[in-house]
Amino acid sequence: MLFRFTTSAIDTDSARRELLDVSAGGYASFEGWVRDYNEGQEVLRLEYEAFEALAVKEGERIIEQASLQYPIKRALCIHRVGNLNLGEIAVWVGVCAVHRGAAFDACRHIIDAVKHRVPIWKKEHYRNGDSGWVNCEHCAAAALTP
Amino acid sequence: MHLKIQYYAILREQSGHSEESIQTTAATPQDLYAELRIRCAFTLRHEQLKVAVNGEFAEWSLALKEGDVVVFIPPVAGG
Repeated sequence: MLFRFTTSAIDTDSARRELLDVSAGGYASFEGWVRDYNEGQEVLRLEYEAFEALAVKEGERIIEQASLQYPIKRALCIHRVGNLNLGEIAVWVGVCAVHRGAAFDACRHIIDAVKHRVPIWKKEHYRNGDSGWVNCEHCAAAALTP
Repeated sequence: MHLKIQYYAILREQSGHSEESIQTTAATPQDLYAELRIRCAFTLRHEQLKVAVNGEFAEWSLALKEGDVVVFIPPVAGG
């Protein structure tokens, strides 16, 4: 599978080993980390939720499209769901290719498309006791204004 | 007709459940969301969402059928 979810810590060494290919001369990866600050608020932890059936389909389509667009050998994306603490890896993308350029470009393409298209939601829990769904609360507030 | 609706994230919290079966006369996902938005006091407008029917992205004007499974998709935030 090219795209999958996990409820436990992402094992990046094991994920990288899934991509090993003697015909590849380069490998690039990206890790998305849980950060302690967002849009003026101090973040304590995150909660990820996904519509997994459609998310896996859409994630696999993204990787298949990247494979057509860039000359890569293999690619894999793993996303966490559930409760995450600061510093944990929320998402991991790895790509191998004959040459490094395609590996970097495809890796960037995949993480950008995953953030934009895959039905995954992130709830931030703040130090002040509030919490909010990222990209949903501000636009919801905007929707209430005439 | 009977439909099954699944809710995620902010819509799950605002509706108070993750899925329900309903009887409705809504002909399209757009009509259905308008009906649910009033009942559940959803803050998001349909223009801010996407919709999936039977596990695949769908148009808001799709003709709904008996037994369809509908999921409204709030703005995503993976990564």
